Amino acid sequence: MIRALSITKSIHDWLYSTMSDNMAYFVEMVLIALVYLTIFAVAGLFLVLIERRVAAWFQLRIGPNRVGFQGLLQTMADALKLLSKELTGTEKADKFLYNLAPYFVIITALMALAVIPFTQDFHAFDINIGLLFLIAISSIGVIGILLGGWSSNNKFALIGAMRSGVQTISYELSIGLSLLTMVLITGTLQVSEIVEVQKNGWLIVQGHIPAIIAFMIYMIAGTAETNRAPFDMAEAESELGAGFHTEYSGMKFAYFFLAEFINMFIIAAIATTVFFGAWLSPFGITESIPILGVFWFLAKAMILVFLMMWFRWTFPRLRVDQLLTLEWKYLLPINLMNIVIMALIVWQNLIIQF
Amino acid sequence: MERVIFYTLALIMIVFAIASVTSRKMLRSVIYLLFVLCGIAGIYFLIDYNFLAAIQLTVYAGGIIVLIIFSVLLVHHIEMELEIAKTSKQILTAVTCLIGLGVFLTTIFSHDFNVVENSMTTTTTEIGTKLLSYGEGGFILPFEVISVLLLAAMIGAIIIAKGKKLTDKKTI
Repeated sequence: MIRALSITKSIHDWLYSTMSDNMAYFVEMVLIALVYLTIFAVAGLFLVLIERRVAAWFQLRIGPNRVGFQGLLQTMADALKLLSKELTGTEKADKFLYNLAPYFVIITALMALAVIPFTQDFHAFDINIGLLFLIAISSIGVIGILLGGWSSNNKFALIGAMRSGVQTISYELSIGLSLLTMVLITGTLQVSEIVEVQKNGWLIVQGHIPAIIAFMIYMIAGTAETNRAPFDMAEAESELGAGFHTEYSGMKFAYFFLAEFINMFIIAAIATTVFFGAWLSPFGITESIPILGVFWFLAKAMILVFLMMWFRWTFPRLRVDQLLTLEWKYLLPINLMNIVIMALIVWQNLIIQF
Repeated sequence: MERVIFYTLALIMIVFAIASVTSRKMLRSVIYLLFVLCGIAGIYFLIDYNFLAAIQLTVYAGGIIVLIIFSVLLVHHIEMELEIAKTSKQILTAVTCLIGLGVFLTTIFSHDFNVVENSMTTTTTEIGTKLLSYGEGGFILPFEVISVLLLAAMIGAIIIAKGKKLTDKKTI
């Protein structure tokens, strides 16, 4: 069998043969960090382009198609422009926290990427509490937004940050509980084992009705968690300027912007892993060629990303009170009931397996 | 390698703990506290106790710090600074801290700690089974007591938050 990324194995062996153990360990960590930073940048820029093209498509426009083939280099050019821009700041802002805030958002997004299984071998950090780690990490990202909003010393930014905080704290519950529903079937939190369980059918098929409900709740809460429309209270353009990043310019703004898109990808990737069998091909048609795992993973994740973009350009924005009512009066009770139903189904062994 | 990581984490934690209590800007000291808590999570990861590390991140970094930041955002303006305490108070606090540190250090150094040879990663399955088992060494009673306590706290919070509305309805 062709191992998908046997190249990593040979690099690993070569490093340990040429250097001392500690040095090789260190070099390996740096290399993996570089690979993930590259994925971060490329995926972020690509997703921005996709978003613009999809938006244009929904609005019967053409969208960016001049720079490079079908506009592929457009966002690269935008990033270069942002790099060359002056970094402005307000005079009475808390400079330290103001500069720190974007890194919180970026670092948490990067850490979450490490847990995602792109293929069997391309999986940086496979700990035994994978899903719990993801939930833990995603709860820290909001600190960056709160800090950015407060330290800008700007009313709009502060209101945006407060709204974002309320929203994230509420919807985190739904994300955690809907993932927990699926953990009832898998019986493990480790991401690689969750994929292993799905060799007998994707979890959304195995868990049928409660799994579909959990998936719907997860997508709603995930959209809210990334502060995207229809839940984009944190940066509602027509009310708050640009929300929490009103005062940011140049590359610091780009960090927030990229992190938002990467977070969207992470939400889609977790959904792919937990509900749609990660890198497993549908019906196992390409099981003999593991290198296609990346293709299947990205294809599934992209479909879900498209779904989230579809939400954004279809639904109107919610008010704050409607947002909180939706979470606390509808999603949370449904979710709790759903967990009980799922427990019953797993107990009575009513899951569908091939 | 592990030793280097341990001392780096320890240094980060000590520096930020001191920065947290000496900073005169409220939100900055909260952020320094966050770094200390992340450092503790790092120590847990280092000793391969992943579950506790993740709980540390969720509950302390993600929950409590966010709540503190929230309350700071509500009550504190960016230009305000905390006042410096009186010298007598400072001395009192320093003495109390030193006594506490002394008690800890004497306890730690008066005991021998054995290095565990075969360290095992505790899995969530084991933790879950222990939490819900009512046999020998099970934690079902504390678990249930804590859930009742949390429920009481939640109901109390709702009643305090809704206080006026509830009493108004009764009079009508």
